[in-house]
Amino acid sequence: MPYLVHSPEERAEMLAAIGVESMDGLLVDIPAALRIPRLDLPNGLSEFETMAQITALAARNRVFPDRLTFRGGGVYRRFIPAAVAAVTSKPEFYTAYTPYQPEASQGTLQAIYEFQTLIAELTALDVANASLYDGATAVAEAAMMAYVHTGRKEVLVAGYVHPEYVDVLRAFGEGRGIRVRKGSEPNAKTAAVIFQQPDFLGLLVDAPDLTKRAHDVGAIAIACVDPISLALLAPPGQYGADIAVGEGQQLGLSPSYGGPHVGFIACHKDLVRRLPGRLIGASHDAQGRRGFVLTLTAREQHIRREKATSNICTNHSLCALAASVYMTYMGAEGMRQVADVSFKRAHALAAKLAALPGWELAFPERQFLSEFPIRVPKPAVVNRKLARKGILGGLDMQRWFRELKGVFTFTCTEVNDARAIDELVEAVSS
Amino acid sequence: MTEPLSFEKSRPNVHAPRLPDAGVAAAEVGDVLPPELLRSQAPALPRLSEPEVMRHYSRLASMNYSISEQFYPLGSCTMKYNPVANEAAASLPGFTTLHPYQDEETVQGALELMWRLEQALCAVVGVDRVTLQPAAGAHGEWTALRMIQAFHRSRGEARTEVLVPDSAHGTNPASAALSGFQVVEVASGPDGRISLADLEAKLSSRVAALMLTNPNTLGLFEREILDIAELVHNTGAKLYYDGANLNALMGVCRPGDMGFDAVHMNLHKTFTTPHGGGGPGAGPVGVKADLVPFLPTPTVERTNGHLKLDFKRPQSIGRVRSFYGNFGMLVRAYTYIVAMGGDGLTQASMDAVLSANYLRKRVEGLLDLPHEGPCMHEFVASARNLAPNGIKALDVAKGLLERDFYAPTIYFPLVVPEAIMVEPTETESKPTLDAFADAIAEIVIEAKEDPEKLHHEPHSLPVGRLDEVATARRINAYLQGQSEDPILRWKPVRD
Amino acid sequence: MAGRLYTKSHEWITVEGKSVTVGITDFAQSQLGDVVFLELPTTGRKLDAGESFGVVESVKAASDLYSPVAGRVTTVNEQLAAKPELINSDPYGEGWILKLELTGDLPKDFMDEATYKKSTESQS
Repeated sequence: MPYLVHSPEERAEMLAAIGVESMDGLLVDIPAALRIPRLDLPNGLSEFETMAQITALAARNRVFPDRLTFRGGGVYRRFIPAAVAAVTSKPEFYTAYTPYQPEASQGTLQAIYEFQTLIAELTALDVANASLYDGATAVAEAAMMAYVHTGRKEVLVAGYVHPEYVDVLRAFGEGRGIRVRKGSEPNAKTAAVIFQQPDFLGLLVDAPDLTKRAHDVGAIAIACVDPISLALLAPPGQYGADIAVGEGQQLGLSPSYGGPHVGFIACHKDLVRRLPGRLIGASHDAQGRRGFVLTLTAREQHIRREKATSNICTNHSLCALAASVYMTYMGAEGMRQVADVSFKRAHALAAKLAALPGWELAFPERQFLSEFPIRVPKPAVVNRKLARKGILGGLDMQRWFRELKGVFTFTCTEVNDARAIDELVEAVSS
Repeated sequence: MTEPLSFEKSRPNVHAPRLPDAGVAAAEVGDVLPPELLRSQAPALPRLSEPEVMRHYSRLASMNYSISEQFYPLGSCTMKYNPVANEAAASLPGFTTLHPYQDEETVQGALELMWRLEQALCAVVGVDRVTLQPAAGAHGEWTALRMIQAFHRSRGEARTEVLVPDSAHGTNPASAALSGFQVVEVASGPDGRISLADLEAKLSSRVAALMLTNPNTLGLFEREILDIAELVHNTGAKLYYDGANLNALMGVCRPGDMGFDAVHMNLHKTFTTPHGGGGPGAGPVGVKADLVPFLPTPTVERTNGHLKLDFKRPQSIGRVRSFYGNFGMLVRAYTYIVAMGGDGLTQASMDAVLSANYLRKRVEGLLDLPHEGPCMHEFVASARNLAPNGIKALDVAKGLLERDFYAPTIYFPLVVPEAIMVEPTETESKPTLDAFADAIAEIVIEAKEDPEKLHHEPHSLPVGRLDEVATARRINAYLQGQSEDPILRWKPVRD
Repeated sequence: MAGRLYTKSHEWITVEGKSVTVGITDFAQSQLGDVVFLELPTTGRKLDAGESFGVVESVKAASDLYSPVAGRVTTVNEQLAAKPELINSDPYGEGWILKLELTGDLPKDFMDEATYKKSTESQS
């Protein structure tokens, strides 16, 4: 059997050393009525047969090329440097556990300390944690921080925040009786104002104004941000938001049907003690050598139990490592170029599509970065037409928003070359 | 060996990576967007060439212990071999490139894999349906408690308490609190198992659920589980299974048959998806029929061989994360299950129990064993017998690091003083188990003959014992405005 | 020291007229280990007897602090913010935590030093 290491002789030796005759002698505490005769699954397969089965499943999915993928909505195709997989596939990283023993875990600890710094720099806030599961749970965790900090039970969601993030926020809040309201007018009962920049449609919101509205009523301002956009756009710290959260998939992670990706959270120093999850800090040993340790652990579930800031234990460390490699490889200048190319191509595509008969920008007065909403003629057939040409077209917003009937969002990144843009335009106009 | 931070190695004039030109006619960002929306100061990210980036991370990698190189007997964490075939499977382009909003007919293989994994997990734990969405064990606990809460609410019952044994993982009470429940602790009896008398005293119509790990965190099977289930169900409460220790039971018995109504599983423990230095994991939750209506959306449904995502579930607790779970982890776990099969998984659990009992026998007389055996897949020893020498569980752990073993879980569960919790798993050979026991024996001798030496271990690792107290105090000084150094990040020197 | 009274939850008090000084015991600090942080109330806050008023944290543990008497917080030991280690080095002196102005009578269920010592011997 694959992956099992004891020989039959060793099993017998071990049983003898323990002093029992058979495995049943070790399973005496299990009531006989509970024992099952066999596990109701087919017997195991060779690696060759296993991989044939799995490969057959993979082959039943349609692969759209990077350059012909124009669909976003929270998950994006981007150029991933080979360096990322080369690092994350090192077994010293991917087969290690949470770094409970710092002396034997400096690699992970330092990498995540660097991640915390990278995120803090990118968001221009004081401190970031070691990672969360995804963008949606990051929004929910930030809302929980605001609820505990202010003692208020309502969170306000302003504008087009990712609908799945809002759903998760609702599910998180419901247990504790936290109400999620949509709107942009906070009041004295509001714990937090949550907005997304750029929003789910790709449009830029007035983040400084929403932040001010939150602060005027003593609420926390939570900015859900796109990490690539922060190479160009004002970071949350610049306009005074208290907490920044977001989805880090674009930082070197493949779409992988929605996960695993990585959530990030950063905040102003006044809120650090309310942060969920792991935090890594710099330390030193008796010889004065610098090292890194898990710290402020008294916030966490293994010590604080029901009074912990969150229940999170396992987070998304390896994905945070991927994001660190990506950001370190790119640097500020590389990320700025990535964002800039995406911006220009999206604007070029928007202009070309808007010029087609029956197509028009859904919010022509609003600015966007690299994703934009556009009204399409015959929404039922657009994507089918594109798929025939091997193109993954835009995302139909009516799925979530009744008022956006016929509105699709299209996204462009550095992987969608000029010719791919022309192919898209040609395909929809044919 | 230590390694400077990437930030410290950064040099200002290193070339940025070569990226494509826009290649289209479009205006500049600064001409389109108003300045107040733009970033005023570039982030201080490091600037390194690719060769330097690669060396930096390779050196960091060499500073880690990992299951690929060391025995990792972390109790309750099930650190077993992570099959490389799993990694190959998860990196197939037919999986990695899939956009979560691709049309259903273009992702039939992915949905089929999820559906089959659900069926397999149902078979292992004996439940009716499984949600694959939760990203980790704690996330699964919370998801299950939310379903239980929704179930009670649907019957007009406002049950506000969740019972948790005093030996439980900290995530149990934390998940209960996050769901809005009050946590009531149930005591362990002298044999390390839950006290039935205390359980009875604490059960009432206010109780929504009892959260239980079986085998419990001491590695002991709760023999009276059927009585416990009856007591709990008689009050209308639900029984929740924390799957941290499922590795003991595959093919042996099933939580569903024991009376558990909701069961979470850690794919990164029992089903060999790698732990990644702290995730990503995956924490699917299985439920019995009466909790099925409350499953998170979407579920994967299969009719006549066609698969679809079902979002129309009126009683659902809603979404617990974006998209459909940590899909890449699901691929790995399913690959493992296919390779192992029912026969292999059963033998895996048997071997895990055998290895734990064998190792327990080997450390008998070296460390205290506060509870009677046999154990299941792990056991808890105590270093309190070394207290007269001034040696604590922490010193034993550090002594093991010095001897090229990762340390067991220490100081948990809280009900055992100086706890050392050992879980060998089925993928460690007898020679490895023997070498580990020999190392413990050597440490115990050193503890008695030269405890001072043990206090200073490890000394052959990149760093020695770190001053966690000073770190925490410096952070608090920063948070209280008494210092400029955040300690939680590197701080750039700005002009 | 004569006049110091102890609680089951390991706080101590001394009483001068209506003024009650509160701290945690030597046993409590030794169980917690090196204290790194205290979360303390602001002055003026009214506390019931047995009400949780703050948290004391070490790197391995965190413990709630309970007010042994009903009263109003008059002074908080400001030194502890910068020097939480005073809790360890001088729990009965410079490591005092706060002073309360007693409202009502002093509860009767305090232990004297000998009784408290005895109660901790079984726990260590």
